[in-house]
Amino acid sequence: MKAARVLACVIVVAVCALSLCANWLAPGGYAKQFREAPGAPPSREHLLGTDEVGRDRFARVLYGTRISLLLAPAAALVSTALAALVGGLAGYLGGIWLKVARAFTDLFLSLPWLFLLITVRALLPLNVSPLSSVLITFLILGLLGWAASARVLSTSANTLRNSDFVLQARASGAHGPRLFLIHVLPNLKPVLYAQFWISIPVFILSEANLGVLGLGVAEPLPSWGSLLRELEGMLSFREEPWRLVPLGLLIVVLTSFQLLLEKEEVTA
Amino acid sequence: MIGRRTKFHFVMCFALLCCVGSIATNAWAQNGGDLRFCVRSEPKTFDPLLVDDDSSLSIRYLTGGVLARVNRHTQELEPELAESWKVSPDSKQITFKLRHGVHFSDGTPFAADDVAFTVQRLMDPALHSNTGDAFRSGSGAVTTKVIAPDQIAITFPAPVVGLDRMFDEVAIMSAHSAKKEGAVLGPFMVAEYKPGSSVRLERNPYYWKKDAQGRRLPYLDSIHIDIQGNRDVEMLRFKRGEIDLINVIDTDYFDRLASSSPQLVHDAGPSLDSDFMWFNEVGNAPIPEYKRAWFGSVNFRRAISEAINRDDLARIVYNGHAQPAVGPISPANKFWFNSHLKAEAHNPQGALERLKADGFHMQNGTLVDKSGNQVEFSIVTNAGSKARERMSVLIQEDLGKIGIKVNLVPLDFPSLIERITHTFNYEAAMLGFRNIDLDPNGQMNIWLSSASNHAWNPEQKSPATAWEAEIDKLMREQASTADLKKRKQAFDRVQEIVYEQAPLIYLINQNALSAVSTSVAGASPGILYPQTFWNAERLTLNGTTTAKR
Repeated sequence: MKAARVLACVIVVAVCALSLCANWLAPGGYAKQFREAPGAPPSREHLLGTDEVGRDRFARVLYGTRISLLLAPAAALVSTALAALVGGLAGYLGGIWLKVARAFTDLFLSLPWLFLLITVRALLPLNVSPLSSVLITFLILGLLGWAASARVLSTSANTLRNSDFVLQARASGAHGPRLFLIHVLPNLKPVLYAQFWISIPVFILSEANLGVLGLGVAEPLPSWGSLLRELEGMLSFREEPWRLVPLGLLIVVLTSFQLLLEKEEVTA
Repeated sequence: MIGRRTKFHFVMCFALLCCVGSIATNAWAQNGGDLRFCVRSEPKTFDPLLVDDDSSLSIRYLTGGVLARVNRHTQELEPELAESWKVSPDSKQITFKLRHGVHFSDGTPFAADDVAFTVQRLMDPALHSNTGDAFRSGSGAVTTKVIAPDQIAITFPAPVVGLDRMFDEVAIMSAHSAKKEGAVLGPFMVAEYKPGSSVRLERNPYYWKKDAQGRRLPYLDSIHIDIQGNRDVEMLRFKRGEIDLINVIDTDYFDRLASSSPQLVHDAGPSLDSDFMWFNEVGNAPIPEYKRAWFGSVNFRRAISEAINRDDLARIVYNGHAQPAVGPISPANKFWFNSHLKAEAHNPQGALERLKADGFHMQNGTLVDKSGNQVEFSIVTNAGSKARERMSVLIQEDLGKIGIKVNLVPLDFPSLIERITHTFNYEAAMLGFRNIDLDPNGQMNIWLSSASNHAWNPEQKSPATAWEAEIDKLMREQASTADLKKRKQAFDRVQEIVYEQAPLIYLINQNALSAVSTSVAGASPGILYPQTFWNAERLTLNGTTTAKR
């Protein structure tokens, strides 16, 4: 298992390093259109071929990885922090607080988000630069994605509240924020980590779907979501297998994170 | 050495084979099997006079009998249930001489009172028929006069241009049958409808048409129409042989299929469909005043048009299965297209010259107007349309080369419609136009300045510009005369004005792409709807396919 974790660590570091070196590895950039070669197969000039409008797919994967690897975890962090705040605190306080928090999260989960997002799109200006669109998209995901995690965390925190070691801490005089921050929250770490990692692929895919509402990462900026959308209509894995690279990369990176997470869980 | 007895066996076997072949051919012609294809959505209605969606249109085409039909191949109007007709010189009246011995699918005889019933129902304002709206040229009632059981005169309160061709859309209903819309005069009739799943059509046993050998049409026993919104699934089913044709196929699928089975795909050349973009010129739109000034300038619009590389749009987005568009009429529309016009050539330098004339200039690689505002605008289009999303990416780069920053905003369709028709909260939009009507009268709701579909500035109380006033005048002129030459002249001029003023910047005309299985005999895909099964009554399936099912 140790070897697997080392490998996972190497993969994550390598992917992060590659994406950060995108400017040097793909000097042509993600937006340049090689119009004489749209949809080209891999070649020396274009390692992963070109997309439908002739943009270098290798460059787009690198830049897309940079955006998604930076912003999807950031959004996951926002949503997990909100979940910890609402769910963790409500579970710890118990009683009426727990009931109110659960009712609130249930209400939040049952809201018709599609229509609310359409309203959000209507409120936003149309002339948003691609970079701003990225920040807005992931901020929206982070602010909206906390409810399901909060539900899980409230249950876990409520279980911890009645556990022997918390009772013992309480008997030793620990109360309020100190009890929560020192004794309860650290024990919620495995659940928090799990919720955090689960949220990342969900947010990456949600970002791709938000494109339908005009809220996703705007062209010409790439993201894993937009790269995955290219797979729509692919009828066979055998035709143009290089188009599967973003999907493969997503799976490899998330598996690597998962392996690293297991270590964290053991440590915790 | 072959003996005499062996030779005799050969001869006998050959004769037997010929005999079996002949029987099989006859059976094939008489028993054509079950044709299968998909429609993309649930048919909204089976009432032929209320058709408003593609799926219902397909069913109406296959089941409805019409007085005259536009031949989808020649684009000429041909007699169907009417043997002949005569339009009055003032285009207010049409008199039909009907065919004898025709029966509805339930056996009820067809006569002039059925036509009268259909027309009266069609023109009933309470029905809200889109098909009927096309005939409404003036206020007042439409009168029908049954002259004889096989002759009827229909009089309209005002001239209706292209009157006879409009009857291609009017499926005649029975005035007497208890089955109402279930009694049809077309080659097929609806036998079964499973909501959300399929519609099965069966051969109309009373269909009046016969082939050259005197055999009653249609050849097919039935048509199975599956409701399938997912194009990937439709394509997979076609490849597996579960369906026999795809009426309109996307470029990507077309090329993939062409690479493996070129005999299955058909590119019939430029269709009537076009993609275009336009700028918001609505007076009270919530956009900055300086942008309204840009969009209202013909130099600005023409410059944008010149900066777009249409050849690249056709080559890259449609893999060459499209042509740079000229204007509102596709070259596929043989009669009405103004052949003196050519598609705007890609000319970024020329575009900059035009912009200079309006005071625009380059500043650090960015185009700015005379007040120093950076030229930046957004283009909204419908999300999910891969072709339009790709076109907008290409246009973004083309315009970037002349210093214009374009932000692309794909929107869900209802939001897009809301913006372009109600709130007018957009700057530029890109959409497509699916044209099934050859006659320019079908575009009245686009070109009249008072029309709701006058995209760039709809529902004007009076024309905002002189050229819009001229278009209004020309469109009304061509709609008020039956003289084809005069109509053509007027509409040619409309096309010229649209080209010069570029209120709609036409981008490309897509080719009519379809796929037909080799098991279907008699198919001749064309550019007019329904591309693949316009001659459904003469289609047959080969024996193997029939046996397999």
